[in-house]
Amino acid sequence: MNRRTALAMAVGAALLIPGCTGTGGSSKGADAKAPDDPSKVTGTIKVLTVRTDLVQDGTLKRYAAEFSKTYPKVKVEFEGITDYEAEVKIRMNTENYGDVLLIPAVIKKSDYPRFFASLGTQEERAKKYRFTDFTAVDGKVYGQSPVAVSPGFVYNKRIWKEAGVTEWPTTPAEFVADLKAIKAKTDAIPYYTNFSAGWPLSSWTSVDGAVTCDPKATDKLAEGDPWAKGADLRVGDQLLYDIVHEGLIEKDPTTSNWEESKPRTAKGEIATQWLGTWAIVQFQDAAKKAGVNPDDIGFMPFPAQTGGKFCATIAPDYNQAVNVHSPHKEAARAWIDWFTDKSGYVEDNLALSPLKDAPLPSVLKPYEDQGVKFIELDDAQGAKVKQIDNESEVGLYAPEYRQKLVDLARGARKGSLDDFLADLSKRWTDTQKNLGS
Amino acid sequence: MTDTTQKAAVEVIPAAPVPAPPTRRTRVRRGVTPWLFLVAPLALLITFTYAPIANMIAYSFTDWDGVSPELHSTGVENYREVFTRPDLFEVFWVSGYYLAASVVQIVLALYFATILSFNVRFRNFFKGVLFFPYLINGVAIGFVFLYFFQDGGTLDSVLSLFGVKTDHAWLGTPVSANTSLAGVSVWRYLGLNFVLFLGAIQSVPGELYEAAELDGANRWHQFRHIIAPGIKPVLALTVILSISGSLSVFEIPYIMTGGATGTETFVIQTVNLAFRFNKTGLASAAAVVLLLIILLVTWVQRRLVPDDKVDLV
Repeated sequence: MNRRTALAMAVGAALLIPGCTGTGGSSKGADAKAPDDPSKVTGTIKVLTVRTDLVQDGTLKRYAAEFSKTYPKVKVEFEGITDYEAEVKIRMNTENYGDVLLIPAVIKKSDYPRFFASLGTQEERAKKYRFTDFTAVDGKVYGQSPVAVSPGFVYNKRIWKEAGVTEWPTTPAEFVADLKAIKAKTDAIPYYTNFSAGWPLSSWTSVDGAVTCDPKATDKLAEGDPWAKGADLRVGDQLLYDIVHEGLIEKDPTTSNWEESKPRTAKGEIATQWLGTWAIVQFQDAAKKAGVNPDDIGFMPFPAQTGGKFCATIAPDYNQAVNVHSPHKEAARAWIDWFTDKSGYVEDNLALSPLKDAPLPSVLKPYEDQGVKFIELDDAQGAKVKQIDNESEVGLYAPEYRQKLVDLARGARKGSLDDFLADLSKRWTDTQKNLGS
Repeated sequence: MTDTTQKAAVEVIPAAPVPAPPTRRTRVRRGVTPWLFLVAPLALLITFTYAPIANMIAYSFTDWDGVSPELHSTGVENYREVFTRPDLFEVFWVSGYYLAASVVQIVLALYFATILSFNVRFRNFFKGVLFFPYLINGVAIGFVFLYFFQDGGTLDSVLSLFGVKTDHAWLGTPVSANTSLAGVSVWRYLGLNFVLFLGAIQSVPGELYEAAELDGANRWHQFRHIIAPGIKPVLALTVILSISGSLSVFEIPYIMTGGATGTETFVIQTVNLAFRFNKTGLASAAAVVLLLIILLVTWVQRRLVPDDKVDLV
């Protein structure tokens, strides 16, 4: 091929292609109304989900079969996506991203009306559901989470008892002392970081609010310094640092294995992990499969008390939303309502319900006994926090910064914790200033 | 660490000479024919190579977050940011490990290619063994080697067979982790270099060895004076591919460590910028800069080692 022709074609292509990338926002502001008559709703809807396990073992199909008893003319199909965030983000540049999907974290709140159909006004939905402000834009709600989660430590009760600890630790120092006792008296790994999977480390960000028992913890991230002395994140990061620094973790965190950690915790080879209420059912299943007692799996709040009480935050899991381009918005809406209110998904997962009047799951009975105070985080500044996080490249919800923290604590990286956190807070507060101006 | 993108190459064989002067129609047809052959490869090349590059360059001048329908032109702001942030370039030190490993890789590949180009027992079997890793999917390799380097994993148990009791976390410190990852990279790409060298060595006419042997040359002399000059162009190509490959290492560290413990490379950093922090514009600019760096390095190498014709006979 002639070199000049090739060049001309490449340039021609270069001029043409960027023109086709914009997505139209023509259907902006559409509503997905709840159907009046279930027997009249028709259509085949595709539901995107992160629960590939439930797609594979047919659990979701059973839900769909139950759903079609009420809505006989709606057919529900599922698509489980392993790398959900990355894949759905790219698909959302087209109109083809399922009828019902989980709102990816990357979507800016202000863009919700472009991508999703509204589920109704916040005023009306807040009567029945919690967390409506997490997806509300201009008074309209765009998503509904089927379950709520509360972060905490999944632990093996038997091992903790063997180490002589029967009461939940009430301060970070006590927690570290208990882990030391576990190391001394049992064969278990006191704390498992899941360093390699990454996300279990980033979930340490969810200590925010639990330490100082402040429902406005998110606002504090937007305005203050999250790593100031006594701030929630600093307390959490200090605890993680101490645990690692004292050698209370697995021998080689870089080759840790999440799937393997579930049966190992159930069997008592691992004593503790920082996760969330959603994990309890998975660990109990792992226990059943391994032939050990599922009741050994316990759950405890962050070791900090305010006014003599533990605090546990509750927040929505992924929110389900209706694709604004969906031709079957009524059917999609029907699925979201039914899945949240009637499917039994919450009970099956021993999870907290987003319905205001629902009871606590049985696994949180000890929480009731101890009088743990549940607080719902206010998300008024959520979008701003996300913006600061991206702009400053700190990555509160990404694993890198905590991986560096763990490396620092175990001596694979040079420096001190104070300098490390000071650098983070400098980047964070500088960005706050830049965005404010 | 070298990765070659296979570009479709179509060779058009000129038609046999026609005695009568061609009519206008045949001339047009003859002009069009090569293009017909080229349609498919060109369409693929443009769709999957040039269009994405053009798109990437276009994004590098915007503040796009990767999903929002709104994007604003920011001029050269992204490039200014890339060049004024030294932390973005620090990760190139990691490439040093892979560069060192590629020296080992080329030497090994050359050694095996030379040996196996002569008559050796089980020659084809060994060729297969050496080339095999290159055929495995990179993601699978990443996972396999995670188990390999695990505490008490394959490497530790093999070492203990020889009585070496290590208590070493292979991916635990930056130096050890990068060395291990570079080792995986050598394991994976050795086969490709080996096959390139083998092909080049086998294109050297056999009589030359016979003649050399009659003159009393041993294997080393043969390598030094026949093989090495004979495969010089392929050797130069391999070096270029190794260097550009070392600068753009991605999948092995991304899958095995995710860039943790000081194994972050420039491409991992770019991917994080684009997909973690939603700075697609800035990430595109970083990618363009990497492309330019690689082009520059290649150009410098071509100037240092000119691509001269090989003339053995």
